[in-house]
Amino acid sequence: MINLESPKKFSALTMQAHQVAKEIFRPISRKYDLAEHAYPKELDMLASLLDGMTAGGGAAGAGAAGVGRGIREDSDENRNGSNLSSLVGVMELCWGDVGLLLSMPRQGLGNSAIASVANEEQLERFKGRWAAMAITEPGCGSDSAAIRTTAVKDGDDYILNGEKIYVTAGDRAELVVVWATLDKNIGRAAIKSFVVEKGTPGFELVRLEHKLGIRASDTAAFVLKDVRVPAKNLLGDPEVNVEKGFAGVMQTFDNTRPLVAGMALGLTRAVLEETRRVLEAAGVVIDYSAPVITQSAAAAQFIGMEADYESARLLTLQAAWMADNRKPNSLQASMAKAKAGRTCVDVALKAIELCGSIGYSETSLLEKWARDAKILDIFEGTQQIQQLIVARRLLGKSSAELR
Amino acid sequence: MSTADALMGRGLRILNRVSASPLIDRFGLRKPAERLLFLSSKNAFRAAEKVGRQFTAVQKLAKPARLPKASGRALFDLTPSDEQQMLRDAVLAFANEQLRPAAVAADTACSTPAALLIQAAELGVALMGIPEELGGAGAERSAVTNVLVHEAMAQGDLGLAVACLAPSAVSTALVLWGDENQQAKYLPAFTGESLPPAALAIQEPRALFNPFELQSTAKKKAGGYVLNGVKALVPLAATAELFIIAAQLEGAGPALFIVEATAAGLNIDAEPAMGLRAAATGTVTLKNVELPGDALLADGAAEVYAECISLSRIAWCALAVGCGQAALDYLIPYVNERVAFGEPISHRQSVAFNIANIGIELEGMRLATLRAASRAEQGLDFARETAIARKLCADKGVVIGSDAVQLLGGHGFIKEHPAERWYRDLRAVGVMEGVVLV
Repeated sequence: MINLESPKKFSALTMQAHQVAKEIFRPISRKYDLAEHAYPKELDMLASLLDGMTAGGGAAGAGAAGVGRGIREDSDENRNGSNLSSLVGVMELCWGDVGLLLSMPRQGLGNSAIASVANEEQLERFKGRWAAMAITEPGCGSDSAAIRTTAVKDGDDYILNGEKIYVTAGDRAELVVVWATLDKNIGRAAIKSFVVEKGTPGFELVRLEHKLGIRASDTAAFVLKDVRVPAKNLLGDPEVNVEKGFAGVMQTFDNTRPLVAGMALGLTRAVLEETRRVLEAAGVVIDYSAPVITQSAAAAQFIGMEADYESARLLTLQAAWMADNRKPNSLQASMAKAKAGRTCVDVALKAIELCGSIGYSETSLLEKWARDAKILDIFEGTQQIQQLIVARRLLGKSSAELR
Repeated sequence: MSTADALMGRGLRILNRVSASPLIDRFGLRKPAERLLFLSSKNAFRAAEKVGRQFTAVQKLAKPARLPKASGRALFDLTPSDEQQMLRDAVLAFANEQLRPAAVAADTACSTPAALLIQAAELGVALMGIPEELGGAGAERSAVTNVLVHEAMAQGDLGLAVACLAPSAVSTALVLWGDENQQAKYLPAFTGESLPPAALAIQEPRALFNPFELQSTAKKKAGGYVLNGVKALVPLAATAELFIIAAQLEGAGPALFIVEATAAGLNIDAEPAMGLRAAATGTVTLKNVELPGDALLADGAAEVYAECISLSRIAWCALAVGCGQAALDYLIPYVNERVAFGEPISHRQSVAFNIANIGIELEGMRLATLRAASRAEQGLDFARETAIARKLCADKGVVIGSDAVQLLGGHGFIKEHPAERWYRDLRAVGVMEGVVLV
């Protein structure tokens, strides 16, 4: 039965996450925007609370670690599971602050990768640990098949060499999921992900970046010099399978893209709520019954911003719902990420124009949100990459045909 | 009566209506209908009452009959019910096989062939919206089902979809808001062999038209009302036998009136437009049209009028989604087959990303429309969701129409391809009020 409302069973989770966002994130939001690279120690206690929320709800979760593999394939009963509940949690928390969410212990994108592709033994071994994700290199970003970091089998270990940048929470996490190639000449199929323990000899932090936004979150660069990683830390199939080799590591994205879209949605809703408050204080009336053309330009623009937000939100819920129900969702996940990413930038920048100096100055959070927004249309697959994926799917083109 | 029984009764009633039609085979309805027939062998057939085109009450119920609300949702779910899927498939088959091939001629002629309207009626779409007590086949009120039907119909052709669906907007309005007298008088005609052409007329000819600020007026007089005003872009205007017309009720607000086409002082002029030409749009001019006291729908309740406007806007959104889907389905093979500079144009990112964006925005339009309809049928407030769906469908719909022409280049501009018609039809969304209803 078609229903696009958030299920009642998530209302407790939503309420809890909203309280965290409102009472913990918002009050320290500006503080850690100004104090870049300072560790938000307020989050340590919160992380424990969140672990409790996740454990308590069974399927419920509020962080990136909550994404899962849906249900057993033999069931055709409609399910609202961990992908949707994680999304709902992320949206609420990012209404508070995106950078702080990214700094939440044990909720890194590496945790999503582990949750998505690790085997039972690995799931158990890495349980409760904070994992960051290292894909990008100085010479490759979106083109992850061009990864130069190498992994060479040596007995029961792999030896990793290379350089990784833009590792979110890379300084603070305990583990880093590193993408490396077993053979540069094979391309995608040879790329595998390895869980690397911080403190492993040869795994060195080079620097922390200074950024446009999400300054509460540390973004690290690493070099790997003969880093010895146990073979049992390889996630997924160790064999190089040209047929579907890349699928393993890419599978993570089908689950995490809706979550990153969810981050954009949380931020967008924060912007919309604040903008509405500022506009209404200025006497702008927003009327959902009268045609938009009969309303003030500000009201009409606001409704347009809300419309794009709703479109992005529903696309994202759809993608997460499909993941929960084991429906292939690569197309919908990329649609969601593309729409949510561009909407949050667009809405945040328009909001500043609508709110004038209130929007542009540091007296409100609007200017910070507009700075935070931009990364959400870049990381976890840029706007252009999402469009490429959507186009290939719709047109039935391979990555060789549509490049 | 159990749900299964109700289902059976409905199936039988539809079967009764369509079994003689050759369409039933073509659209794969035979099998489900036969299954229902087999299951219900103990149920007696009820012969359809033949009704004339005189709007007279044959049999009156003690109170108005309404369809019960669809119920039973707790979880987020995008899967249509088996019944919804069956109906959508049948309408889609009709749209692709009957509407699409007839679209060019109907657009040119500014009219829809009568035979096509009869075939559309035989699908039972209007019948599904009328309760069984009133001779219909409906068991449940579902705005979502209606969205799926509108979307599927418009995938064939938007103008023809409007022509086919306009009469059911009137019957749906009578089911939702009519009292027992109004239902007894007018609804039997909509359960007959063919639907009477009928139209829901809200639009008025002026810039910045707002359906909540009407210039058409209804003045009270002894035993009735006097209507004056002009209604624009009314579908099937020349042939319609019955109208529901919006006018500002003196001393109250905007309200809906049942107006028979034969009313003295009511004049029709053809008003062909940029698009929706198959729907044979016209202007309805009301000059001192005298109506009886029972012509007012729902006692002029403000919330009923607002609901009518919202449900109509959702229907337009569904039509936009259907038309947009038709455009995307047409564009994909075209850009894959069209070769320029030695390879398919779809291998160029500027073309491919355009297709991607059509796909993304279209899916967002669809979901926003479904959400508004789903809230409506759950009895939740849906004004905001409707405004959002309308904004999306109006803005993105127009872009899809424009991109469809653009991606075909010169081919898009000529009438050998349907893109130019979609360009014209999609502009109607965001302009039109009334006409269709989910």
